[in-house]
Amino acid sequence: MPAIAVNGLERRFGEVLAVQGIDLSVEEGEIYAFLGPNGAGKTTTVRMLTTLLLPTGGSASVAGRDVVKEARAVRASIGVALQEAALDPLMTGRELIRLQATLQGLPTAEGRRRADRLLERVDLSAAADRRVGTYSGGMQRRLDLAAALVHEPRVLFLDEPTTGLDPVSRKTIWEEVRALNDDGTTVFLTTQYLEEADQLANEVAIIDSGRIVAEGTPDSLKAEIGNPHIQLHLADGGIPKAEAVLAGIGRLLPPRDGKCVEVEVANGAADIPRVVRALDEAGVAVESLELVKPTLDDVFVAKTGHHLETESEEDAERPPVGA
Amino acid sequence: MSALATNARVVKALGMRSVKQTFRRPQLIAPIIVFPTLLLAIQTGGASSAVQLPGFPPVQSFLQFMLAGAIVQSLMIAGNSGGIALAVDIEMGFTDRLFSAPIPRFAIVLGRLAGTAALGLFAALWFLAIGLVFGVTFEAGAAGVLLAIVLATCAALAVGGIGAAIALRTGSASVVQGLFPLVLVILFLSSAFFPQELMIEPAKTIAQYNPLSFIVEGIREPMISGIDAADTLDAVLAILGIVLLGLLLSDRALRHRLRVG
Repeated sequence: MPAIAVNGLERRFGEVLAVQGIDLSVEEGEIYAFLGPNGAGKTTTVRMLTTLLLPTGGSASVAGRDVVKEARAVRASIGVALQEAALDPLMTGRELIRLQATLQGLPTAEGRRRADRLLERVDLSAAADRRVGTYSGGMQRRLDLAAALVHEPRVLFLDEPTTGLDPVSRKTIWEEVRALNDDGTTVFLTTQYLEEADQLANEVAIIDSGRIVAEGTPDSLKAEIGNPHIQLHLADGGIPKAEAVLAGIGRLLPPRDGKCVEVEVANGAADIPRVVRALDEAGVAVESLELVKPTLDDVFVAKTGHHLETESEEDAERPPVGA
Repeated sequence: MSALATNARVVKALGMRSVKQTFRRPQLIAPIIVFPTLLLAIQTGGASSAVQLPGFPPVQSFLQFMLAGAIVQSLMIAGNSGGIALAVDIEMGFTDRLFSAPIPRFAIVLGRLAGTAALGLFAALWFLAIGLVFGVTFEAGAAGVLLAIVLATCAALAVGGIGAAIALRTGSASVVQGLFPLVLVILFLSSAFFPQELMIEPAKTIAQYNPLSFIVEGIREPMISGIDAADTLDAVLAILGIVLLGLLLSDRALRHRLRVG
């Protein structure tokens, strides 16, 4: 039995259909990433699966229980860390986790034991008696994660767990998510970061405008796209001319930021000389170029016609090769 | 552990959080204690000769008369502050943490009300202590003091229910905070600060039917004359009415919130 099974799930807000009849299945022990831009329907879907919002159509079950008819049983099986860590800045970290243990029905002594253990696990023991309002963003996320784990849930929902965090804090959260998954916890996470989905997930669903447009393992999704592309940074004013030249060589990708041109090529690195020669003959000065293998963003572009991020971390971490 | 015991622990834990939250946020505790205390000092200092007016109930002092009004003012503000705190919880998403726990969702409202009731108890003890310090005699003795404390605590829970309902419905701390002047208007249109007999129309008629007047009189009578069964019953019925209204409205607002997200 899948840990999460969703059939035709739909949520309407007045005239707006925020989630448009999605289907998905998450197996036990999987890390499943729900990838999409802001407003795609990720959080609405998570809120329905965690029983915080009633669906207006379709059905869903989590840990074998219907999210509408057996909502309380679902809540007993899940841990939830929602977007923007929902923490009371006036409580201490220790108070928050102990309260969470009480909410989950754990006996007082057991709740205290687990709170201490979890605070240690997320490296917050030293700050446990400080008010949460004094924590950094990364510390708050770790506390939120620890609170979600206090009852050792079968399924953990993480709604954009690293949004707004610095790279170091982000990697710490990733390590914790991997460790939890190694312990057997099924993880359903939403993200707008391609790298996060790529690094963590066994399965990825790409959602756009309330619909799932692609689903599969990161590798299978990228393999579907097939060809790599060449990304070229050009001197001012060269883009229109370059686009005209490159259109005859390969498929132009939608413009990312107005500073570069991307063209899909069939032969990878072997096509670089041809591209450079063509641009040179047309009098277009190339400042730098880079051969980019298919990424989840390419999958996203292929499926939706637009980019997921204008400034992906992959771009930041992979400096262009000087031409 | 039975489900009832588990739910009781949840209500207690949320009530304790609510009290701590109030004491840790000066802008919540100050209006509950400081404002009514200052008003009490100003009124008793500047209008104490009002007791000599013809028709004023026989009292030992104006402070003795005013204590019940100060207590009810304090617990009204506690109810409003409880609503503000709940609305802040909604705004910052903390209620989502509570709603995603395997507990009856109404326990979340009851936890908040338990906290407001505890603040009402604290307010009653605070003003009774002020009375004692300044030589007020409680005519009905210890039983009267106990009755006043119980009524004040229950009344705080009752008005907290209205605050919670508004918070759940609007999800906006500023809206709940904006109702503060209305709280004062309702209070001044009761017998909290002046005897009904000396009011002029239409305030007199409004005060006569204002449920707060029944609560004030239920708390005041044991202090100024003795326990009166009819006044006590009226106070209990007024509290029950507000409790039922508050719980009904809170339940509807909670269902609405969960339906619309």
